[in-house]
Amino acid sequence: MLLRDQLHFNGQLFLRHRVRTGLLLLAVGLGVASVILLTSLGEGARRYVDREFSSLGNQLLIILPGRKETTGGAPPIYGTAPRDLTLEDAQALERIPAIRAVAPVIAGTASVALQNRSREVIVLGSTPEIFQVRDLEVSQGEILPDRTRSEAMAICVLGSKLKQELFGNSRAIGEWVRVGDRRMRVIGVLEERGESLGLDLRDMIIVPVRTAEQMFNTPGLFRVLMELDGNADFARAEERVRAVIRERHEGDDDITLISQDSMLAAFNNILTTLTLAIAAIAAISLLVAGILIMNISLISVSQRRQEIGLLKALGGSSRQVRQLFLGESLMLVSMGSAAGIAVAWSAVLVMARLWPSFPLAPPWWSVPAAVGTALVAGLVFSLIPARRAAALDPVLALRGQGG
Amino acid sequence: MIELSVVNKTYLVGEAPLRALRDVNMTIGAGEYLSVMGPSGSGKSTLLNMIGLLDRPDSGSYCLDGVATETLGEEPRARLRADYIGFIFQAFHLINRLTTLENVELPMMLGGIAPKQRRQNALAVLEQVGLADRAGHRPGQLSGGQLQRVAIARAIVMKPRILLADEPTGNLDQASGNEVVEVLENLNREGITLLVVTHDANLGKRAKRRIRMVDGQIESDTGDDNVAAGSTAL
Ligand SMILES: Nc1ncnc2c1ncn2[C@@H]1O[C@H](COP(=O)(O)OP(=O)(O)O)[C@@H](O)[C@H]1O
Ligand SMILES: [Mg+2]
Repeated sequence: MLLRDQLHFNGQLFLRHRVRTGLLLLAVGLGVASVILLTSLGEGARRYVDREFSSLGNQLLIILPGRKETTGGAPPIYGTAPRDLTLEDAQALERIPAIRAVAPVIAGTASVALQNRSREVIVLGSTPEIFQVRDLEVSQGEILPDRTRSEAMAICVLGSKLKQELFGNSRAIGEWVRVGDRRMRVIGVLEERGESLGLDLRDMIIVPVRTAEQMFNTPGLFRVLMELDGNADFARAEERVRAVIRERHEGDDDITLISQDSMLAAFNNILTTLTLAIAAIAAISLLVAGILIMNISLISVSQRRQEIGLLKALGGSSRQVRQLFLGESLMLVSMGSAAGIAVAWSAVLVMARLWPSFPLAPPWWSVPAAVGTALVAGLVFSLIPARRAAALDPVLALRGQGG
Repeated sequence: MIELSVVNKTYLVGEAPLRALRDVNMTIGAGEYLSVMGPSGSGKSTLLNMIGLLDRPDSGSYCLDGVATETLGEEPRARLRADYIGFIFQAFHLINRLTTLENVELPMMLGGIAPKQRRQNALAVLEQVGLADRAGHRPGQLSGGQLQRVAIARAIVMKPRILLADEPTGNLDQASGNEVVEVLENLNREGITLLVVTHDANLGKRAKRRIRMVDGQIESDTGDDNVAAGSTAL
């Protein structure tokens, strides 16, 4: 039997059973569309994060105090608490040539109050370098002065939201606010900017690092942010950083280094895994479609008993009958997949129009994966009906009527 | 052409075995015209299905044109069926969603014959049964007699050597029945071997060789001339 004839023969069958065919197409189409759409969302999230990171623009290297055993090595034998990372450590790092700027950070929370208005916010104690490293700008006033690298001063820079909450539209520069139990003068207000790396920069306050040291009564840094020279080699810079720390920490480089690349890679990993998981969940709908195809095919086989018997009486072989039924499922799945792809594609286009800032796009593998799963499910679940049709005894089948 | 020897077929009806064919011996030569008559349930259809390779004997042998069929697998049997046998059923068994032409083309489609050739052959046999003008109609638009003639066209389109008709006029009135018989007898005159199972005594008598079955056995086998015993076999 020619392929063309099989397609035509089954096509006539579909036309004859429009409702049934429509429902099956819907089931397959929805399954395929949901796989593509959901994976598009996952991939969109991955691209979004990717873009956010690259918008940071500079080459960021972050030091955390203490060693994080991400590789799952044995716990340290002596069990000593990690040494604090100090301001002096940070200053020593400035001497590494590949490092353009070092911003030590002490972090804590405190309530910031003006008259009877107050807000609990994150306090970042740092140096003028924080503005360079994190690409921060002030919209009013000034950034921290150079003196704050080594001195405590009762001055602060407010996030834009915090300023709005406390001062409304009136002028903040030169005014005094209460931070914890200290009074500080506002010297600047950060430019309005969204979230960055999970920190709401609009709702926080930046103070000199020495001031934060006194406020939170700790010599230990929360972390050190460093910006590398544009063409610096990460691995080499990391080695230098470790060497400096080892020298200062009695031969122990008890720090954890995070590069922007490694963070990005981690996010990428997580989001890709998530996308795959979503795809697998969506693929379940394709299994359901497959089971639907099986049920309907079984009904079809029993309804078309005489036709099957007739095909055999006319010289058709069992193999041909089986092929016809398998072909029927494959055709349904192919048409349903095509419809699903079309629907998903239009939906992606519409959503891209509605949310232009979210980079929604199906990953390259989602269409082949969706269609492949649909085809395999269709084929596997129509094996039983097809086999049953092929095994049908033509004598019994033809006897069914009139006789 | 057709040689059955000691063919037995038993069906299990519930617990009880039912012998549909008992020790049937029969030889049919090429171009013969046989009628098979007998009471309901006497095994006529079973005999026809056996000859048409739709059914297998439990024991005994069946040679078709020198080929021992009992040992063949499903695929070669399907091929033999396609090459040698045309079936005509009491209930016509046309596919309603297909046009007359497509119904007639069906065996050729299964045989993988190219569409152009198919169309030509199908129109030719429709012409032969006088229905060329109904090629585009669907079964629902035709009368019983016309349906059976379409079925005959379908049965002969592959040019089979043997035509097996199981009560072909059973669902038809006298007039359309006669038309159908006319068509079948014309085909036999052109050389096809024709077996007709019928309840109609008049129709049965028209055959040159008449077989009567009772309880799965051939009770009588009478011919107009002595050749009927099958000396022309092969
Ligand atoms: N597939 C089957 N299963 C059980 N019994 C059958 C089957 N086919 C035929 N029979 C029985 O075999 C006997 C012969 O049937 P059949 O050849 O159809 O008779 P006829 O065509 O002469 O009326 C009947 O009793 C029928 O009930
Ligand atoms: Mg019968």
